[in-house]
Amino acid sequence: MAVFVKDSDKCVGCLLCMFACARAHRAVGLESSCIQVRSQGGISRGFSVFVCRGCEDPPCARACPEEALLERKGGGVVLRSDKCTGCGYCVRACILDAIGWKAEVNKPVVCIQCAECVKICPYQVLEFEKHEP
Amino acid sequence: MNPKDPLKRVLYIDLTKRKYWIEEREDLFSKYLGGVGVGIKLLEENCPPDIDPLSPENSIILAIGPLNGLFPLASKTVALFKSPHTGNLGESHAGGRSGLALRMAGYGAIVVKGKSERPCYVAIHSNKVFFRDATTLWGLKAGVSAARLIRAKEPGAGLRTIIRIGPAGEKLITYSSVTLETYRHFGRLGLGAVFGSKNLKAIVISGQRDFPVSDFKTYKEVYTELMEEITGSPKMKKYHELGTPANVLPLSLVKGLPIKNLTTHEFEKVEEISGEAFAEKYLARRVACTHCPVACIHLAAIREPYEDEPYFYKTTYVSYDYELIYALGSMLGISDSYKVLKLIQTVEDYGLDAISTGVILAWCTEAFEKGLIKETQTEGLVPRWGEAEVYIEMIKKIVESPKEFYQDLGKGLHFVVEKYGGEDFALIFGKNEMAGYHTGVAGYVGFLLGARHSHLDNAGYSLDQACWKNNLTLEEMAERLLKEELWRQILSSLVICFFAREIYRLDKVLKCLSVAGYDLNEEKIWALAERIYAHKYNFKMKSGFDMENLKVPKRIFELSTFTGEIKPENLEVLLKLLKEKIKNLLEAQAREPLL
Repeated sequence: MAVFVKDSDKCVGCLLCMFACARAHRAVGLESSCIQVRSQGGISRGFSVFVCRGCEDPPCARACPEEALLERKGGGVVLRSDKCTGCGYCVRACILDAIGWKAEVNKPVVCIQCAECVKICPYQVLEFEKHEP
Repeated sequence: MNPKDPLKRVLYIDLTKRKYWIEEREDLFSKYLGGVGVGIKLLEENCPPDIDPLSPENSIILAIGPLNGLFPLASKTVALFKSPHTGNLGESHAGGRSGLALRMAGYGAIVVKGKSERPCYVAIHSNKVFFRDATTLWGLKAGVSAARLIRAKEPGAGLRTIIRIGPAGEKLITYSSVTLETYRHFGRLGLGAVFGSKNLKAIVISGQRDFPVSDFKTYKEVYTELMEEITGSPKMKKYHELGTPANVLPLSLVKGLPIKNLTTHEFEKVEEISGEAFAEKYLARRVACTHCPVACIHLAAIREPYEDEPYFYKTTYVSYDYELIYALGSMLGISDSYKVLKLIQTVEDYGLDAISTGVILAWCTEAFEKGLIKETQTEGLVPRWGEAEVYIEMIKKIVESPKEFYQDLGKGLHFVVEKYGGEDFALIFGKNEMAGYHTGVAGYVGFLLGARHSHLDNAGYSLDQACWKNNLTLEEMAERLLKEELWRQILSSLVICFFAREIYRLDKVLKCLSVAGYDLNEEKIWALAERIYAHKYNFKMKSGFDMENLKVPKRIFELSTFTGEIKPENLEVLLKLLKEKIKNLLEAQAREPLL
């Protein structure tokens, strides 16, 4: 299962998904969000949304030297905080920029596939879909 | 307030010395919340009331509040300064990403002092502040966005705000605005000229962080409740669908939409400039301020062919709103939506306040008809109702022409009528050009005595409309005007978008504040509202505002409203009643122990 971007043309740039992501990680703000929303070179051209697509062979997990990122069944990863040393290789391995970074604890913020971002988006930009087995 | 909240940090920037420092002002944020509350205290500390607004002694305060970054629709930033347009209190609110960027950078307020030796822009990336050379960005042609150049040079894409001025601000036009995120503004009262006088082209702010709350579970509950009301109730519907231009037709039906400098109610094809017409013909995209699901920003796409190159087209996006359609449409007798968009685009390109520009051009049109001004002064241009091309040329000349008449137009309508006459039909209130509501006495008294002479100070136009249903005495009207303005001191201290005022009622505000670590109740909130209002009004009066000598243009009595003509004696009485209430409040506050 994973979140995918259904139609970024409808994105209004409100960032509610990012705030929802932070709340799902028990935080208030934007640092603990693993979603990125950026304008496409100026607001008039609309926005791009980057969310974890729950790769089945996740490069972030492969990049982790400590095996702190475990492959999740059906795609995506699970973070084992106790093993993470905060090297940041996973962030660099994600081509979507869909791993956040919490500086306070020096650890990544990864998608937990809770779909809170999908639920809060007022314009159905995001959709939660099951991966085919 | 929550002691761990970075809101208490105030960033001071001295452009003269190219220095910056951070002070922890928990003293201010714990007592005055943030936004205008803290902002007016910082203005008192950093701007003597008697200085020249365009001198280095003026300071720019940008402030946000404890709910920014925590709750939806707490999405605005307040700017306080001494206004070069009215000569007294300058206050302007803007959305975009500004409120969130400031919060994410880890500040509750920024104080910009002094004057840079050369044009500069300031880049604030969390704890780091950079003074960048902007000599190359100064004097760009209208329409060439400095932000586009800054965007490529600075980090923080997606979460940053780029606050900048256009040619009008550089040229110190007293009603120049400051633009952010291309389509939002600190409009009214000339903040653009204050930037210009400081050689300050732009401020970029970025950051990304989390915030402490008193109780995470309650925080989530309150957030969910708010979201349900915002998206599930009809309260935000008008902003959500057609946006503010939804008001064009209803206001026109009740004779409230000013037409041709308030000379007539006759306006053929008003439906051509309605919110419905703009949406159908030109609406291309809707965007939102950060942390707001409403997306009231409506962007029209205009597609124009290149004259010299076949099959080449240019598509530009223009943001339209009710006030712009009024000031640059109906007020100028223009009922062609394309032409209104072209005028809006011109005003945007130069960085002018749309309302002031439109009202000044409307006065020019009538003054020209009456022979007060002549072609020799206008450099051959003849302003006539409906002739957008001429108005576009005049706007260019206001900013660019060195001739005396246009230089005068750049100083605002109050200055112009002192020199050229025609004050009976100059639609200015407290030296500020009027917003688009010819609704009745409450609207006009609201303009006159509102702390920033804005329709948004006390929503008098809305009170007029409420009176059509339930007759109110003038005494009740005075009371309600003041009460509304007081409540708005709280909203603009937090800083919540006024469009959400029906969502953020007293009980909700108290709940949100409790999560942010403030222990307040109804009584304390109203006492604080009075205190903030008094600080603002005292600054206003110390810097030269004289409520005993307010002029009212005769024109407003000559054209009927929905309920008939406005009686001058009613306006006088309401004015007197409200003045007394304000004076009583200020006297009572002066007796209070210093907070």
